[in-house]
Amino acid sequence: MTKSIAEINEKIAKGQAVVVTAEEVIDLVNKKGVAKAAKEIDVVTTGTFGPMCSSGAFFNLGHSKPRIKAGGGHVYLNEVPAYAGIAAVDIFLGATAIPDEDPRNRIHPGEFNYGGGHVIEDLVAGKDVRLVITAHGTDCYPRRKLETWINLESMNEALLFDIRNAYQNYNVAVNLGERTIYTYMGVLKPNLGNANYSTSGQLSPLFNDPYYKTIGVGTRIFLGGGTGYVAWHGTQHNPNVLRTEKGLPRRGAATLAVTGDLKQMSPRWLVGTSFIGYGATLTVGIGVPIPILSEEILSYTAVTDNEIFAPIIDYFEAYPQRSPDILGEVSYAQLKSGKIKIQGKDVPTASLSSYSRAVEIANILKGWIQKGEFYITESVSPLPGVDSGVIVKPMQERPFEEEG
Amino acid sequence: MTKGKKVVLRFPHRLVDKPIVYRLVKDYDLQFNILKASVTPKEEGLLVLELSGKKKSYDEAIRFLTEAGVETQLLVQDVFRNEDRCTHCGACVTICPVSAFIVDPVTRRVDFHDTKCIACELCIKACPVRAMEVRL
Ligand code: SF4
Ligand code: SF4
Repeated sequence: MTKSIAEINEKIAKGQAVVVTAEEVIDLVNKKGVAKAAKEIDVVTTGTFGPMCSSGAFFNLGHSKPRIKAGGGHVYLNEVPAYAGIAAVDIFLGATAIPDEDPRNRIHPGEFNYGGGHVIEDLVAGKDVRLVITAHGTDCYPRRKLETWINLESMNEALLFDIRNAYQNYNVAVNLGERTIYTYMGVLKPNLGNANYSTSGQLSPLFNDPYYKTIGVGTRIFLGGGTGYVAWHGTQHNPNVLRTEKGLPRRGAATLAVTGDLKQMSPRWLVGTSFIGYGATLTVGIGVPIPILSEEILSYTAVTDNEIFAPIIDYFEAYPQRSPDILGEVSYAQLKSGKIKIQGKDVPTASLSSYSRAVEIANILKGWIQKGEFYITESVSPLPGVDSGVIVKPMQERPFEEEG
Repeated sequence: MTKGKKVVLRFPHRLVDKPIVYRLVKDYDLQFNILKASVTPKEEGLLVLELSGKKKSYDEAIRFLTEAGVETQLLVQDVFRNEDRCTHCGACVTICPVSAFIVDPVTRRVDFHDTKCIACELCIKACPVRAMEVRL
């Protein structure tokens, strides 16, 4: 059996496409078998909703009268610094930026209650934010200081642009040390007091297309409550890792760079997030549709939590020191049971990404496709695959005393 | 005072193995029920007691505890969840010392059982989206 994306889109146009979520497909394949199910199902929708630090947004603020050139100057949105190293009124706000006055970790653990991710959430919620620009002044852009309220509607373009989201698999974080540690994987209690993980497992986009047979550059997706696109492979994309027999990566592997119109998005799916002792970030909702072009593609989407394995990493010593040691592997089914065994000890588990919200995303996307509001795109260029030679390189430091 | 008062006692690490609670009975003639005992992530001892006895002895006992270095706090149900903000991630589940957060095995939503809550406030800063709030 093979189907084309054009055929699937024709069915979507007629309101006849058969769409199921990556959770629902599991039972269907069990009941009907791959061959029959592949014939019937046109699209499988996936979802994930978790903190994703490599997120941010580009804004075009519009020109003031008289004009000011933010480029090369300083820009703040609600006291959070944005990047101004581009043209006059284009700026970039990163999810992890925090106000200059934030006490950070001076009193450990810092709270990081408000940062770039929170500004993005406030903007998509339609709130006014305070914009402050200081500039050097030029003949064509004479102003040196500007202070104004601004909101998303009044801006020209506002683009969410996340350089790395939707990690295909991720570490399970634990703490072998004697004191509580505060990490981007949450609060980790001493002596294996808890284990935190952060993917939606069987619902996660890249676990449902482990070899990137359909997801590629140009794939249209659910992003932050609006529609977005896969812009490129994400940073640290690392397809050639250890895999299970079925091809599922057992370590962090592929990633996606994604973009979309922020003005369509909603604060339900872009949530400002604070990791105590670590920093501010943004929780992002992403859903990717997988067109069922063949039986093989369908069989990948039937993946279940007990077939997906993640490495357990000690964040007290191994992670900060970049040691390759892992404490073992666990399946997502084990993680979701609420308890795993590490070094003979029962360790309670917790998730940082919301599975129930991931289900909701997959269902929203399913609804959009069923109603003919969302069409499937052919990818323009594939993501680098296992044989592409693309790998993650660690940094090799070269002290300045050596020849440059 | 005849009706019991619920009090949260926080023992710093150095006091965890010291015999303090029995003195509430011996020296202050109070009766107690242990509602909850645990060691929190900060490695302090956490004890929730229901104390009953004379009002005067109770006040003296609290003073004794404070002077000994035990933090005391009257238990009032003042921690609540902002339901609009909670994403049901689950980050709070292993933080709460009394298991007030339970993941529903089917929906994977995180249910908050506020009757169990002892207002230790550990979840306030551990919740990444700051959905847990203290009512003033
Ligand atoms: S950590 Fe916060 S957002 Fe997550 S489930 Fe708990 S209360 Fe809800
Ligand atoms: S304040 Fe939070 S962590 Fe503490 S008992 Fe209540 S729910 Fe649990």
